[in-house]
Amino acid sequence: MTTVTLPSIHYLTIAPVLILFGASLFLLIASALWRGTLATTVATATTVVASVAVVVVNVFQWRDLDAHGPGTTVAHAVLLDGFSVVATAVIAVSLGLAALVAHDWARREGVRGPEYQILALAASAGAVLMTQANDLVVIFLGLEILSLGLYVLVALDRRKSESAEAALKYFILGGFASAVFIYGAALVYGATGSTNLSTISYFLGANVQLRPGLLLAGGALLLVGFAFKIAAVPFHMWSPDVYEGAPTPVTGLMASIVKVGAFAALLRVMISGLGTQLATYRPIMWVLIVLTTVVGAALALPQRNAKRLLAYSSINHAGFILIGVWAGTARGAGATLFYVATYAPTVVATFAIVTLVGGLGDERHALESYRGLARRQPWLGASLAVLLLSQLGAPLTSGFYAKYAVLASAVDANGTIVALVALLSAAVAATFYLRWTVVLYAEPDESDDLDLARVVVPRATSLAIGAGVVVTLLFGLWPGPLVTLAQHATLYFLP
Amino acid sequence: MHSSWWLSVLIVLPLAGALVAMMVRRIPGASYVVAVAVGSLELVISVVVALLYNTHVAHAQGFDFYSRTVVSAPLGLAYDVALDGLSLLMVVLTALVLLLSLLGGRDTRREPAFVSWLLILTGLTMGSFVAHDVLEFFVFFELTLVPCYFIISGWGGRERARAALKFFLYTFTASAFLLIGILYLGFAYQHQHPGAALTFAYGALAATTMSHATAVWLFIAFALAFGAKAPVWPLHTWSPLTYAEAPTAGSIELSALLAKLGSYGLLRFAVGLLPLAQVSVRPYVLTLAVIGILYGSILACVAADLKRFVAYSSLAQMSFITLGVMSGSTIGVTGAMLLMFNHGVITIGFFLIIGFLERRRASIQIADFAGLQGPAPVLAALFTVTMLASIGLPGLSGFISEYLILIGTFTTHAWWSVVASLGVLASAVYLLWAYQRVFHGRAEGANERLADASPSERWVLVPVVVLIVVLGVFPQPVMNKITPSIHTFVTQVASAGGAK
Repeated sequence: MTTVTLPSIHYLTIAPVLILFGASLFLLIASALWRGTLATTVATATTVVASVAVVVVNVFQWRDLDAHGPGTTVAHAVLLDGFSVVATAVIAVSLGLAALVAHDWARREGVRGPEYQILALAASAGAVLMTQANDLVVIFLGLEILSLGLYVLVALDRRKSESAEAALKYFILGGFASAVFIYGAALVYGATGSTNLSTISYFLGANVQLRPGLLLAGGALLLVGFAFKIAAVPFHMWSPDVYEGAPTPVTGLMASIVKVGAFAALLRVMISGLGTQLATYRPIMWVLIVLTTVVGAALALPQRNAKRLLAYSSINHAGFILIGVWAGTARGAGATLFYVATYAPTVVATFAIVTLVGGLGDERHALESYRGLARRQPWLGASLAVLLLSQLGAPLTSGFYAKYAVLASAVDANGTIVALVALLSAAVAATFYLRWTVVLYAEPDESDDLDLARVVVPRATSLAIGAGVVVTLLFGLWPGPLVTLAQHATLYFLP
Repeated sequence: MHSSWWLSVLIVLPLAGALVAMMVRRIPGASYVVAVAVGSLELVISVVVALLYNTHVAHAQGFDFYSRTVVSAPLGLAYDVALDGLSLLMVVLTALVLLLSLLGGRDTRREPAFVSWLLILTGLTMGSFVAHDVLEFFVFFELTLVPCYFIISGWGGRERARAALKFFLYTFTASAFLLIGILYLGFAYQHQHPGAALTFAYGALAATTMSHATAVWLFIAFALAFGAKAPVWPLHTWSPLTYAEAPTAGSIELSALLAKLGSYGLLRFAVGLLPLAQVSVRPYVLTLAVIGILYGSILACVAADLKRFVAYSSLAQMSFITLGVMSGSTIGVTGAMLLMFNHGVITIGFFLIIGFLERRRASIQIADFAGLQGPAPVLAALFTVTMLASIGLPGLSGFISEYLILIGTFTTHAWWSVVASLGVLASAVYLLWAYQRVFHGRAEGANERLADASPSERWVLVPVVVLIVVLGVFPQPVMNKITPSIHTFVTQVASAGGAK
C-alpha cells in the first residue's frame, strides 16, 4: 500500500488566497442556488468583507512574522514574508475600492448579477498568489488565474464591440506572454534543476555555469513575460486598446492589481532567484526603463481620450517602478513596494472618477467632457486634480515620494543617468497631466446645459474616491510610516 | 539662540490663512480681509525675526533659530530650519511681497481661491528660504510651482494656459537635474560614511569630498535648475511671456520673489555645497551674467509692452545679482544680497504701477500711452522714484547694491566687471526712454482723461518708496545684520575651493 505524503501546510500563510477564492466560490454557488439573479449588493458586500478579512489576516501574518520570522510552506512553494504581507494588503485594498466603483457602475448600466465580483475576487487571488510564490510554477499559476479572470472581465460589457475586441486582443497577447514566461521557466529549470526560487538561488551561488546560455535565455524570457504583463515598452502595444475597451471599473482594477502582483513576482525572480545573475540582466532592464518611461510619456501627449491617456501614463509609471527592480538592492525593493502601494489606490480612485464622468453607456471619455468639472463640482474636480498631481509627482502627494524613492535607489546603485532620463520623462508627462487639470478648471462652454453636464456621484464610488485621495494626501504629507514599513518588509527576503 | 518656532510659524501661518480664507468663502470679501490680516501679521513676525536674529550664535556659523527633526530616515527626509544672513532679507521680502501684492493687485474674480493660492505660495516660499536641509529645500522649491501654475492659468491674460504650461515645464524640467544632483550628493556622503543614515543636512553635504570633475558636473546640474528660475541667460525664454500673461499679483510674486529663489539657490547650494567647482566654472557663469545684462538691456529698449519691458529689465538686474553671487568676494555677495531685496522692492513698484495703468486702460502696450505726466502727476512721480532707483542713482537703494557688486567683481574678475558696468549705463537708456514714451509728450483721447493714483493706490506705494530711499541712504544697519554670515560663507567657500 502506498501512502501519499502531503506537505505540511501553514494555513495562516495561504489564508488570503483561501479567503478570496472562498468568497469567489461562495458567490458562484450562491448565484446558482438563488432563485432569480443575486442582488448586486450581496455580491459587492461579499467582496468588501473578503478584502477587509484579508487585511485583518495580514495584521496577524505581520505579528506572526515578528514572532517567528519569514518562512515557506506547501513544500517551499509558497512563502510568507513582510514583502508579501504588504503587497497582499495593497491588492486587497485595491480590490475592495474597485468593488465599490463597480457596484455603482453595474447599477447605472443595468448590469445584473455577481459576475464582476466573482471574477475580480478570483483574479485578485491570483495576484496574491504571485506575491507569495516562491516557485516559478506557482508564479505561473498565479499569473494565469489573474489573467484569465481579467480576460473575461474586459469583455464584461457585452453591448459594446470594443469590449470584446479588447478582450480578444488582451487574451491573445496575454496568452503569448504566458507561453514565453513558461518557456523561460522551463529553460531555467533545465539550467538549474529546479523551479524553486530558493533552490535556484542556492544552486547558482554554489555552482559556476560553464555554459550559461540556457540560463541567460531562460531569465531573459521570464523578463519578457513580465514585461508584457506590466506593459513595458516595446511590449506595451495591447495596453491602450485594452484600457480603452474594457469597462472603466475593470480598467481601474486591472491597472492596480496587475502591477502589484507582477512587480512582486518580478522582484522575487530577479532578486531572490536570479540575484547572482542580476548584473547580466541589468543592461536589458536599463533599456526597458529608458524606453518605457520616455515612450510612455511621449505617446501620451497626443491622446485626447482619458482612458488611453491613463494607459500611456501607466506605462510611464511601469518604467519608474522597474527602476527599483533594476537597482536590485534592499532600497530598490522597498521603493518598488512603496511605489505600487501608493500608486494602486491612486489609480483606482482616478478610474473611479473616469467611470463617473463616462456617464450612462460608459462613453464620455474625451478630455473635453471634463471641461469646467471643477467649477461645477468643486470636490470631485479637486479630487481628480489631486490624483493627477500625485501621478505627476508633485510634492505633498504620495506620488512624489514614490518617484523619489525609486530614483534614490537608482542613484544609490550608480544609476544617475537612468534616474535622470526617467525624471525628464516625468517632465514630459507633466504636460498632459497639467493640460487635463487646466481643462478641469476651465470656463464651461456657454452652449452646455449645466444640469445635463452634472456628474452623478453615487455614495459607494465617492467612498472609493475619498479613500484614494486621503491615501494620496496622507502619505504625501507623512510618508514616514509607510516607507519604513516597505523597507522593513523588504529586509526579510533579500539574499 | 532663538527658538525655531518663529520660523515654523512663518511657514504655517500663511498656509493656515489659506485654509481660513477658503472656509469663509461664502461671505463676500471676507477671504480678502483674512488674507490681508494674515499678510500683515506675517510681515510683522518676519520683521521681528529679522530684528531678533543674532549674528553671533556660538559654533553655529551664523545660523540662528536652528532645529532639525528627522521625518523619515529611509528617505533621508527631515524638517530642518535655520536662519542666517543669506536668508534674512529674503524672509522679510517674502512677507512684504505678499502684503503689497494683496493690497495693490487685488483681483475680485473668484477671490477666495486667488488669495488662498497667494497665501500658500508665500508659505512655501518662506519654507524654501529657511530650509536648512537640501532635500527639504527642494520639496518647497518644487512645490512653489503648483500655486504659481494655478495663479497664472486661472487669472492670467489671454494666453494664460500656454504661459503657465511653459513656466511649469521649464522649471520642472530644470529641477529634475537638481533633484538628481542632490540625490547624488546625498549618496556620495552616505557611501563615504558607512553606517551613517541617509541625510541631506546642509552641513553634512557641504563636507562631502568629491573629485573636481564631479563637482563641476554637479554644479552644472544645480546651475541649470537655479539658472532657469532666476533667470540666467540663455534660460530666460519663459519669463517674458509668463510675466506678461500673469495677473499683477502673479507677476509680482514671480519676478520680485520667486526669481530670487533662483539666485538664492545658486548662492547657497551651488556655490556653498560645491566649492571645488568654483574656480573653473566662475568665468563661464560670469560671462553668461554679463551677456544677460547686455542682452536684457537691449531687449528692454525694444519691448512693446510694459510687462515685457520689466521682464527684460529684470533679466538684466538678475544677471547683476548672478554676477555678485559668483564674484567670490564678500563685497560682491553682499551687494548681490542687497540687490535681491532692492530689486524685489523696485519690481513691486513697477508692476503695481503697471497694474494701475492696466486697470485704467485695459492695455499694457507702451504705444497706447503718451503724456501721462499731465493727467497723472502722482503716478508719474512714483514711477520716477522707482525708475531712478532701478537706474542706480546714488542715494536710492539700487545704487549701493550695484556698486558693491561691481566693486566686488572687480577685485576678483576685473574685465567682467568693466563690461558689466556698461549695463548700468544701458539701464539709464532704456528706463528713461520708456519713461519718455509713456509719461512725456501730449496726452490725447483716453490718456488725457486718465485718473491719477487714488489714495489707496498711493498708500500701497508708500512702503516701496520709503524702502527705496531708506536703504539708499542708510543701508548700514541691514548690512551689519547680513555681512557676518556672508563673510563666513565666502571664506569657507574660498578655503575649501581655493586649495586647487
